[in-house]
Amino acid sequence: METAHKKKNNQLLWLLGLMPLLLLAGMIAVISTWGTGVKEEQAAPIEVLNIERIILTDDGFEVRILNSGPKEVTVAQVVVDGAFWNASYVPSATIERLGSSTVFIPYPWVEGDPHEIKLITSNGLIFIGDVVAAMKTPAADANRFLQYSLIGFYVGVIPVGLGLLWYPFMRRFSSRGIQAVMAFTVGLLFFLVVDTIQEGLELGAAAPGVFQGTGLVWFGALLSFLFLLAIDQSSSKRAEKGNDNGKRVSFKIAGGIGLHNLGEGLAIGAAFAAGEAALGTFLIVGFTLHNITEGIGIAAPLLKAKPTIKTFLALAVLGGGPAIIGTWIGGFVFNQTLAALFFGIGAGAIIQVIYVISKMVVRDAKTEGTPSVSWPNFSGLVLGVLVMYGTALLVNF
Amino acid sequence: MAFDPNRSFSRRSILKVGAAGIAGILGSSLFNTSALFGKSAHAMGKDEMHHTLKDQMKQGMSHGYDPGTDSTPGLEAAVKALTAFDYGVVSVSAEGKTIREYDIQAWDAELEIAKGIKFPGWTFNGTVPGPTLRCTEGDIVRIKFGNGSAHPHSIHFHGIHPTNMDGLEPVPTGGEVVYEFEAKPAGLHPFHCHVPPLARHIHKGLYGHFIIDPKKPRKPAKELSMVMNGFDLDLDGENEVYTVNGYAFAYQSRPIKVKTGELVRIYLSNLTEFDPINSFHLHANFFHYYATGADPEARPYYTDTIMQCQGERGIIEVTFPAPGKYMFHAHQSEFTELGWMGFFEVG
Repeated sequence: METAHKKKNNQLLWLLGLMPLLLLAGMIAVISTWGTGVKEEQAAPIEVLNIERIILTDDGFEVRILNSGPKEVTVAQVVVDGAFWNASYVPSATIERLGSSTVFIPYPWVEGDPHEIKLITSNGLIFIGDVVAAMKTPAADANRFLQYSLIGFYVGVIPVGLGLLWYPFMRRFSSRGIQAVMAFTVGLLFFLVVDTIQEGLELGAAAPGVFQGTGLVWFGALLSFLFLLAIDQSSSKRAEKGNDNGKRVSFKIAGGIGLHNLGEGLAIGAAFAAGEAALGTFLIVGFTLHNITEGIGIAAPLLKAKPTIKTFLALAVLGGGPAIIGTWIGGFVFNQTLAALFFGIGAGAIIQVIYVISKMVVRDAKTEGTPSVSWPNFSGLVLGVLVMYGTALLVNF
Repeated sequence: MAFDPNRSFSRRSILKVGAAGIAGILGSSLFNTSALFGKSAHAMGKDEMHHTLKDQMKQGMSHGYDPGTDSTPGLEAAVKALTAFDYGVVSVSAEGKTIREYDIQAWDAELEIAKGIKFPGWTFNGTVPGPTLRCTEGDIVRIKFGNGSAHPHSIHFHGIHPTNMDGLEPVPTGGEVVYEFEAKPAGLHPFHCHVPPLARHIHKGLYGHFIIDPKKPRKPAKELSMVMNGFDLDLDGENEVYTVNGYAFAYQSRPIKVKTGELVRIYLSNLTEFDPINSFHLHANFFHYYATGADPEARPYYTDTIMQCQGERGIIEVTFPAPGKYMFHAHQSEFTELGWMGFFEVG
């Protein structure tokens, strides 16, 4: 009797849960059969084509396009530099919603010249792709792969590794000195957050509208922040010792900075592949200088722990290695939407690290009986921001 | 960005040094990975596509664009416009004068202006350019104009006529008006809508040819009507496509067939909006050009290139000395490559 009643209750619960869905299905059926009753006439056809990538080969251009509009789009003609030009399409000139196609244009482009590729749809809408300075797109061969690895190595692993080498020096600091170094770390991480979000938003704005690129930055940031916080709070009960704690924070910083460097690698690889950035000695040295402080940041929480050489190697790889991966991705398969998401995740991770380090500073200050925002700490923070700002001047292009 | 030879040099040298170094640093495992990468990228490279592109590239160097020979509605309309002359419905007045009655309707229509590209046009009788009206000097022409478009329009004829027949009065949607006057002077005259904003109404396609033959007929010839125009797809005040008779590369797709030694007479006008001038250039030959074609004593230009301002027109007379394909196009290279190009195929 009792169980039967419960069963009935369960059935009712299911029904209540499903009812809105059933009604929704009915509603969709009605609308798709008889229409919405709202006039569907448009003043002009709505078509959105995103030019995702322009590859320059010996044969001309290969343009990858995505239809992010509400309806099917047909590319009728291609105009290059103000001249109608032959083109072929793989798989097709007609692209379904969210479908993509590659346009092959046999064109004698000129190295170093700007070129403009206009796609005209059957409804007469025009979508333009610009080649800022024509340069043969590097083929994805072994040599190119190594070259990208090397760029990533210079930009990521070397500076982080060098920064970590300050560890023995910083270890001789007094407790107040260590606090100031950690405040310095907060300063440079703060700069990195702003920088990461800004770059993410820029990429997000360039991504196809349907994917809400800028939104992805914020979603990525919030979710990664909360995710890391959750990990922290669930494991903090197990590891109460400060020793482990410092190591964990270091790895987290390395992880967050790794994501940031992944983003940096993406940007460099993409700019390099597009022929937009001439990665000369100056720029590479600039990035090395800019990122060397990241090593200090990673080492700071370790000052009270007893790390081994292995720990340092792992930290350098975790913090700097992703720059290599980023350069590969950016150089070979750049995608603004994904890049925006990466930047968001990176930003969230760094914010969480700032939160943790700040807590460490406050805690240490309390044990010492000094104010948490003491003048040395404040100066450390300011110096962190200033150093990052100053070295960023070398690499903003 | 200016080309800087140092740029690629410095970059390349850095990478070269680096490529040597990285081999030692990252070890052989990376080589394996990269080999894999190279292979998968190669599989995408579609050999077949490569060869087609190579062939097209060679062609591209000589033409850049091959419109193909497919029959499309736009192409057929442009071919028809070359030789379609509307002489009207003829009757004789009490005084013994020839009366010609024409029927022109305006309506909005979607036109094909280049292969596969649609343009929302405003038309006279459904085509851009509109019908080519033809009569003889001294005829009484009576043009019944009905406006079936969603906008007010009118027909303003060039020529000598009473000012109340000048087509300045807009005819509202559903309205009708009759323009009647004596056709003079002989020559080629354009007609077009004269409702403001002018540039918009003309650019959308409301224009055509009005040919008045002199009383003493011109020499017999193969006669062609060509209206030079342009289309602004994104309404930014700049044309994206240039055509003769409303379809880009029409006579490249379908070269105009004429005979060696035959006199060819081309009625040519410029109804392009936004660009002040347009031009006509014939390859491998010279022609005689009579501006407007109204002055029987005019001495023609003898040249291979002429230009016309907006609304300007004239008559070209040419004979081709030998068989072959004679290219013709605007001598503004930009217009040429955006659609204004064709061939005479002389047999």
